[in-house]
Amino acid sequence: MTRVTRFAARDPGPTARMAGFMSHLRDNGLRLGVGEAELGLAALTHVNAADPAEARHALKAVFSGCVEDAERFGTLFDAYWMNGGRVVEKSVPTKSPASDNVHSSRNAKGSDTSGGAGTPTAPDGGEGQADADGEGKLVASVIQSKMNKDLRALVQPEDIAEAERIAERLGAALRDRRSRRRRAARKGDQLHFRRLIRQSLSSGGEPLHLPKKQRPDRPLKIVTLCDVSGSMTTYAQVFLAFIAGLMRADDTADAYLFHTRLVRISEALRDRDALRALGRLSVLADGFGGGSKIGASLMQFTRTYARRFVDGRTVVLILSDGYDTDTPDLIGEALAALKKRGCKIIWLNPLKGWDGYEPVARGMAAALPHLDLFHSANRLADLAALEKELIRI
Amino acid sequence: MQWITLQTAMAETGYIADDDLAMAIHLALSLGRPLLLEGAAGVGKTEVARVLSTVQNTQLIRLQCYEGLDAAQAIYEWNYQRQLLSIRAAAEDGETGRKVEQRIFSEEFLLERPLLKAIRQETPPVLLIDEIDRADEEFEAYLLEILSDFQITIPELGTITAKSRPIVILTANGTRDLSDALRRRCLYAHVAYPDRATELSILKARCAGIEAKLAGQIVGFVQALRKEDLEKKPGIAEMLDFASALMGLGIADLTQDPVVLQATLATLLKTQTDRDNITTEIAQRLAGKAA
Repeated sequence: MTRVTRFAARDPGPTARMAGFMSHLRDNGLRLGVGEAELGLAALTHVNAADPAEARHALKAVFSGCVEDAERFGTLFDAYWMNGGRVVEKSVPTKSPASDNVHSSRNAKGSDTSGGAGTPTAPDGGEGQADADGEGKLVASVIQSKMNKDLRALVQPEDIAEAERIAERLGAALRDRRSRRRRAARKGDQLHFRRLIRQSLSSGGEPLHLPKKQRPDRPLKIVTLCDVSGSMTTYAQVFLAFIAGLMRADDTADAYLFHTRLVRISEALRDRDALRALGRLSVLADGFGGGSKIGASLMQFTRTYARRFVDGRTVVLILSDGYDTDTPDLIGEALAALKKRGCKIIWLNPLKGWDGYEPVARGMAAALPHLDLFHSANRLADLAALEKELIRI
Repeated sequence: MQWITLQTAMAETGYIADDDLAMAIHLALSLGRPLLLEGAAGVGKTEVARVLSTVQNTQLIRLQCYEGLDAAQAIYEWNYQRQLLSIRAAAEDGETGRKVEQRIFSEEFLLERPLLKAIRQETPPVLLIDEIDRADEEFEAYLLEILSDFQITIPELGTITAKSRPIVILTANGTRDLSDALRRRCLYAHVAYPDRATELSILKARCAGIEAKLAGQIVGFVQALRKEDLEKKPGIAEMLDFASALMGLGIADLTQDPVVLQATLATLLKTQTDRDNITTEIAQRLAGKAA
């Protein structure tokens, strides 16, 4: 492990190796540009670059940008420089479908925004309608439970585009909560008279500044927790497409996967290339399709991430069927603790769509008292229908 | 200066930095880049800037961010009251309007705020931008411009370019996610809760007179307490408060008096739920293990 990688004899030199390291980091999802590469080289001139430990610390400071990056950097560094295998994960999909998909999703997004500005993009609108009806249904037979599933196989790019549209609408439904009162703001539609008079006192009654006030935006943040355990595999397709769409449509959204443990996937899903984002996700979601510990995962969420990201203006969206291998009490406890943070909790259960479904799974029964909304969802169209419900809560 | 030298120098002023952090600071100094420090509250992010200014023997300029912070409070403002007085006085003296105008928009009437002050220093100061995640996103965007060019434009006076590049330290503790643009311009270090050995040396560096046995107990106790399910985990500052409280009360052994221990927990646990969760029995058990 401590042995330094031996590069081929025809290797042109340290600069090329650094370039190789940069592309290795980029392949593994760190967003780095030419500027960082230059800075990295400059940083190495200020330390003893021949000492791996020193080089590691130095490059870590330059190349990582958040906690998740910083934690992964050690492994990535070892993988490249310390003979630990060249690439930890090959997440770049094969060339031709990838580029096609990228184009389609980008085009879709582009036309969508233009459609938002003015309605007369009829052909596009029509297509979207067809998508909403025809696409995104679950295909139960094709998907089997595998411990190491590639999520890209589950999610179709057109689903993502459609989900993105739905997510955008849902996001808008949740977000536009305007306050009645006006608060002082830099830009605003009315003068803030109280402040104006007070400030003009110091300038002898001359109102030099015109402070404004406006109704503050009260955006609701959406946090999604998606169950990807074995029993949920058939629905994962729809939900992951939805989350991927949501993350791309809404900058403040936050997303997690859980099965036997909880993984934050927000960073991975913000990747501009939708398919690569899912590739990164597959690696994060190791253990996908296995058992589920809903209670433990929710508890972990409540204790860690929720403290930072969940407040009174948050909607926590749980996508799960409520089949838990843990004791069901834990779910109730976790949700009660989460609820104390003042958030709204919505549980979307794919099974609820079935005829004659009763929330008899004990986990689900324990969760019910803490939910603001308990709803069925197993197709994208169902998620789209949520819009009306969300406005009300 | 090599990074090891920096680490030792910081240790001498009482700040024990781990290798990652020391290297990040060293690079921030030698590359002239801003350094972004993230971590839970109470792990000593702000302290880095203070110690760095001591080590570099330079001034510390601090900008505390908050919601609604704007350019007038962060960069500069005209002193309107003085300007008005001056205009009244000028009117009595019969000074011409043009002359007055020139006079009231001069250096004399300019109120320096931290950012302007930082770039006008002769020797590079340490500029601490504390809790940047509390400021609005608009301000963050404005800050980007200053951090990349180190110049400020005042319409009436012209552009002021930095005489010396300040050493910029930004801290954040995750109130909101920072923009990628800001992260890209900064070097990054994540400051975590220290391990046992590091925390012990921090305690010894700060409380010189502490007995080795009590120090070990305190650190063991606090480390165990952080593993408990708490709403707000005690940081290093709290640990130091706890230590000085115990020393002030003349306690030599943590397990000695349950009542005193429970009372001194006020320095470590800052919410009602946490106080309720750590009962006398639990505190005694943790203290017993730490001994």
